[in-house]
Amino acid sequence: MLNPMTLYPADPFALLRRVSEALNRASFSTAAPVFPAVNVWQNDEAAAIIAEVPGVEPQDIDISVKDDVLTIAGERRAPDLPEGASWQRRERAFGRFSRAIRLPFRVDSDLVEARFADGVLRIAVRRPEADRPRRIEIKAG
Amino acid sequence: MSTELTATPAQTPAAPETTRGVPVWRPLTDVVETRDGPMLVLEMPGVAPEDVEVTLEKRVLTVRGRGRNPQPENLRPAHLEYEPGDYERAFALSEDFDAERIEAVMRNGVLTLSLPRAAEAQPRTIRVKAA
Repeated sequence: MLNPMTLYPADPFALLRRVSEALNRASFSTAAPVFPAVNVWQNDEAAAIIAEVPGVEPQDIDISVKDDVLTIAGERRAPDLPEGASWQRRERAFGRFSRAIRLPFRVDSDLVEARFADGVLRIAVRRPEADRPRRIEIKAG
Repeated sequence: MSTELTATPAQTPAAPETTRGVPVWRPLTDVVETRDGPMLVLEMPGVAPEDVEVTLEKRVLTVRGRGRNPQPENLRPAHLEYEPGDYERAFALSEDFDAERIEAVMRNGVLTLSLPRAAEAQPRTIRVKAA
């Protein structure tokens, strides 16, 4: 017997949603740009936060943690132009920035490690031992 | 979440497919005209100085950058806002520049190209003799 569920995917709106998402991405010009762009990777024991911060000096970046929120703040300084220079094309932006990222666990500032290379900031966060889920044994009583 | 930056145009892929399997982005660029000549500032986060290639051929200045973006091990993506990739952009120059004198500095993922105007590019008038 032919089961109709084998013909149709579990989610009949999956395709529609995919198209809608693609259109949303295509209309990025209307969305407010967020700086820096951040990618977050995680599992139950650790997380990695990678941000693209081209043109920002490492000493101009402040990373702080409070509870489960990690904040990246700083300033991207406009270059000092020599006298008599004029802008012909301006696509890059400068100024202060701040982004807060909520992590799936509480963070201890001792367990945060940040590296900076080639305009990319990589923050590695480990989950504190005390915060990890523990299995409770059931005693026979 | 707040940002006081002015609008940044989104990067657009220059080519949809590459042999490396990563997208090729058009780096955001500032162009500044100085007394010595134009200065180009390109944003290429994730590109090491040794992975930048600048070529000048027939007044077309091409910049290529190979991104180095290792993915974190044993972690799964939770929230992705950008896709790391390579960079490529070409600029048509309005005059001749001496490729030997182009200065390129890569710092914190930003490439600064200084194109000093060649002294010999000044127009030379040819005297016309009366025969």
